[in-house]
Amino acid sequence: MGRGMRRVVITGLGMVSPLASGVEATWTRLLAGQSGAGRITRFDASHLATDYACEIPLGDGSDGTFNADDWMEPKERRKVDDFILYGMAAAEQAIADAGLGDLTPEEKLRVGVMIGSGIGGLQSIAETAVVLKERGPRRVSPFFIPGALINLVSGQVGIRHGFKGPNHAPVTACSTGAHAIGDAARLIQWEDADVMVAGGAESPISEIGIAGFNACKALSTQHKDDPQRASRPWDADRDGFVMGEGAGVVVLEEYERAKARGATIYAEVIGYGLSGDAYHITAPPPDHEGAERAMRAAIARAGIRADEIDYVNAHGTSTMADTIEMGAVQRVLGDAAAKATMSSTKSSIGHLLGAAGAVEAIFGTLAIRDNVAPPTLNLETPPEDAVIDLAPKAKVERRIDTVLSNSFGFGGTNAVLILRRVDG
Amino acid sequence: MSESDIATRVRKIVVEHLSVDEEKVTENASFIDDLGADSLDTVELVMAFEEEFGIEIPDDAAETIQTFGDAVKFIKDAV
Repeated sequence: MGRGMRRVVITGLGMVSPLASGVEATWTRLLAGQSGAGRITRFDASHLATDYACEIPLGDGSDGTFNADDWMEPKERRKVDDFILYGMAAAEQAIADAGLGDLTPEEKLRVGVMIGSGIGGLQSIAETAVVLKERGPRRVSPFFIPGALINLVSGQVGIRHGFKGPNHAPVTACSTGAHAIGDAARLIQWEDADVMVAGGAESPISEIGIAGFNACKALSTQHKDDPQRASRPWDADRDGFVMGEGAGVVVLEEYERAKARGATIYAEVIGYGLSGDAYHITAPPPDHEGAERAMRAAIARAGIRADEIDYVNAHGTSTMADTIEMGAVQRVLGDAAAKATMSSTKSSIGHLLGAAGAVEAIFGTLAIRDNVAPPTLNLETPPEDAVIDLAPKAKVERRIDTVLSNSFGFGGTNAVLILRRVDG
Repeated sequence: MSESDIATRVRKIVVEHLSVDEEKVTENASFIDDLGADSLDTVELVMAFEEEFGIEIPDDAAETIQTFGDAVKFIKDAV
């Protein structure tokens, strides 16, 4: 990524998703076409316009369920909002997967963390506001602020592992996870760090979270009878996104270091592009030229041709913006769109907001490893002007060496990552 | 309220908040030095004591509560 710069590769993956806790369990279910959607169980949502979401399957830790006790002691857990818990869990998985081993104190000075979140401790803020109102300021917990702050995932991971490199956390709504990985890769390129633990975490499935996104007309509301059919990117009957929760974290590593220690190298981060729409707080412009510019910037940074892109993991939230994104992708790929595959994994896991870009970068990484594009569930009536294969309802097995992953956020913030297979 | 009632209830709070074994919560056990609390944990403990016993513990008094015995004694005088 960039002439003469250090190369950055992905050597560890971690994930907590609505399909499962764990990268491989999630990936298997994703390829099998499973949906993580269902009626909201975490609280009584019957009075809300949307009463369904993609919740993490809780359990004893077996069969892909998420057991909080596996990742944080109960004493520590009650001091943090759930997004921190999810982020810690995904980070632990990624660090273990990377097999970094026992690092020396000097090496730990060169290991950083950049795990962001779109909203952070929304539930904690809502609950504490009630405590403040009903019982007064002396009843506000000393752990409220450090348990709700977005950068406290990065802080907690750094503290647990003694990682003393850059400690940072982007906040760019639904582009957060992609920005985290792209920016962290640049920190390695610029020699601020040799290893970065990067990604996003989010826990927005709360009464105030659903009510808030309902109020700005972003969520699907018409599928109460069958929530698993609600997230349907590009489909003619789509009516808004389905809220998800979870975290995705990768270990990024300078290429020569990874090679020297014999690490498993999943893929290289070869491109990263950013742009702003300067248009509207929640909507993209009709042609989404901002997305187009971010994609072109990432392709230029990667030093590849657009026709080298095999798979696009779309932002594809199951909103009106899906076809706008498709138009931008097809303009960027040109004639090559006809031989590329694009899917939206949000059809399966919903929209993880600040975690989405990181989770989807992991799916892109696995698409390269296994030469398979995950499906777009519920896509029954594709747009008439679709030239690119949208992988409707079934995975597509094909050669995938290069992946482009799109993330766009409220405020008009766009981040695009390009990943590529590393040979040898 | 007897001192042993107070001690039982204080011990229960300490065990719950700090996730420590009950037998470690002795008269002279320091929350920070012996029971693994940090400064924020001690703030939360004091809040829990206030809740449990319906008392108010001013900040300057809270700073004098360093051990399990300190807490029991303060609460006994306050209730």
